Amino acid sequence: MTIHHDEPDVSELLAPLDSAEPGAMQRLHDRLAAAAAEQHTLDIAYRTVDSPIGKLLLAATERGMVRVAFEVEDHDAVLQLLAEKLSPRILFSASRLDPAARELDEYFAGTRHRFDLPLDFSLSRGFRLSVLEHLPQIAYGHTESYAQVALAAGSPRAVRAVGTACATNPLPVIVPCHRVVKSDGSFGNYLGGTEAKRALLALEAA
Amino acid sequence: MEPKKPFELVVREHGPMVLRVCRAVLGAHDAEDGWSETFLSALKAYPELPPNANVQAWLVTIAHRKSIDIVRARTRQPVPVDELPVRPSGLGIPGDGHREVLDAVGQLPPKQRQAVAYHYLAGLPYKDVAGLLGGTPDAARRAGADGVKALRTILVDSSMSYVKEETP
Repeated sequence: MTIHHDEPDVSELLAPLDSAEPGAMQRLHDRLAAAAAEQHTLDIAYRTVDSPIGKLLLAATERGMVRVAFEVEDHDAVLQLLAEKLSPRILFSASRLDPAARELDEYFAGTRHRFDLPLDFSLSRGFRLSVLEHLPQIAYGHTESYAQVALAAGSPRAVRAVGTACATNPLPVIVPCHRVVKSDGSFGNYLGGTEAKRALLALEAA
Repeated sequence: MEPKKPFELVVREHGPMVLRVCRAVLGAHDAEDGWSETFLSALKAYPELPPNANVQAWLVTIAHRKSIDIVRARTRQPVPVDELPVRPSGLGIPGDGHREVLDAVGQLPPKQRQAVAYHYLAGLPYKDVAGLLGGTPDAARRAGADGVKALRTILVDSSMSYVKEETP
């Protein structure tokens, strides 16, 4: 309780005000998120979902999914970056992410082969954006090499830049950068860890 | 310059304090409306808040204004203002003293109630309390001290009458 400690007797007098109904904050928070969404002041809504490759952070603007983050990225740090790069008007709110959570569930269950979600690419620019826009064209269960993606994105010599674009993909899993592998067939790096990339490709090969 | 935190953290960090302030200033019935109006308005203005601003004082200022709006709207309606309506509210566990203290705060004159809420519940220095209530910091300090004194008297009286009722 934020109270002046130089007057402990007053703190004691008012202390019972702390024992409010425990569910009140949760209820008020949900009411705030709903009202803010209605007034278009909730710029970014987020929630987390459990998945076979760990807990995923999902964040969406009014335009669509803006960020998917692995646990290793540190979800608090990811939200802080979103606050700095896009908007600090960020609230936990499950409802905007319900469709994404459902589609990811279906994907990890093997019953969904492509995502049908509006995407917001505001975090990506230039060549990286061209690469990301190409990736959904790599079909479920298939892979392309970094060189093939470079060619498809219009810069055949920009193989390393394709690697960077994949490594900084703000929407992993949904935008399938895990389907880009090295020319020699090895997995290549992955922001969520090589194990996660292996697990996704194994899921899609099943 | 510290980067601005996601608003979610502001709600988590300061939400309980604003709710206590709203309960003290507005009473149990209107407190949740006061809280909601305060945070909706804060969220809207958050991107423009200077990065080094005192978030706590900023929120209390908004809560103060929203409370005035709510009280005004209420007094426009044909209901007695001195007598708060009795209605069930999910406030605390009976017997933990929450309701008793809240009722006692509700009996204070508005200035004292606000001074106690803003200084003791929100932790604002009396200089800032005076900024909200008008008048000098000394006057705000007196209102706060008088409020606490009156609270003690009310609480002692009510516990005495409680004992009397219980004793056969």
